[in-house]
Amino acid sequence: MLADKVPESKAELDARFTELYRKHLRDVYSYSYYRVGNHHDAEDLTEQTFLQAYRHFERALRESNGRPLRPWLIRIAHNLAANFYRDRSRKPESAIEDAGLISAPHTTEALVEGREELKGILEGVARLPDDRREALIMRFALGMDNREIARALGRTDGATKVLLHRAIRQLEGMVAETTNNGSAD
Amino acid sequence: MSTGTTDFEALLRQALTPVEPPADLAARLTATLVNLTELAQEELEAWELSAMRDPRNWVRPAAAAVIGAGAGTALVVLRVRSRHRVRRQQSSNLFELAGNTLHDFAEEARRVLPDR
Repeated sequence: MLADKVPESKAELDARFTELYRKHLRDVYSYSYYRVGNHHDAEDLTEQTFLQAYRHFERALRESNGRPLRPWLIRIAHNLAANFYRDRSRKPESAIEDAGLISAPHTTEALVEGREELKGILEGVARLPDDRREALIMRFALGMDNREIARALGRTDGATKVLLHRAIRQLEGMVAETTNNGSAD
Repeated sequence: MSTGTTDFEALLRQALTPVEPPADLAARLTATLVNLTELAQEELEAWELSAMRDPRNWVRPAAAAVIGAGAGTALVVLRVRSRHRVRRQQSSNLFELAGNTLHDFAEEARRVLPDR
């Protein structure tokens, strides 16, 4: 766990940043991957995120008052991803094959059905409004709690709780609709 | 909370499983972040004015001068390194490559370290 005291030497600051980086590399990469939908751009976004974080690390430590820095890191990734889309004028791809479907455990019998179900969910996530999609990625891919998500998105805890609830309801409706349409065909 | 909701959230958790970063990304970032600032500072400390009379010595100290100021160092170098292949393709000889590399350092430093 990171100590609360702001480091006084450059060496100590670098050591603290290395600790932060090792602890949250997977979080930042997972967030990036689900935002951009491919490994190449996710690597780029992850690199940029940590390097931006490195530049502002000392100030972030000072201003965090001992609170976890993961929301701050994810907020950097969030801002960089927004620039990524603005620069390239494109929407996120749905991340399916490399992430959820392959690494999630499946029984042999449920494999085909499970793949379709998860595929439907991921396609639904990709179609959600940006803020709802991001909230779901933070909650389910990164395991962030409401307070962390609120800090990353710059919202209140209450607004974040409502956002998550609505995101899940909307996605559930989208998946059910797709399933019903598929059954009717 | 209903069972349906709980089941759906379990599915969501399964669909949005964490993604492991590629090993080469982790290794590259780790090496850069841990070593870069120290290396740049050592480069500056070892910078002797006499060495600057030889243009072949310009690239490394110039880079260290640009990047050695502290936080932000790694960002400049990584961005410049990421464009190395492009610069090689655009350069017809080593001198041109060195010039393009210096130009990129200056550009990236201006973008990343605007207050320095």
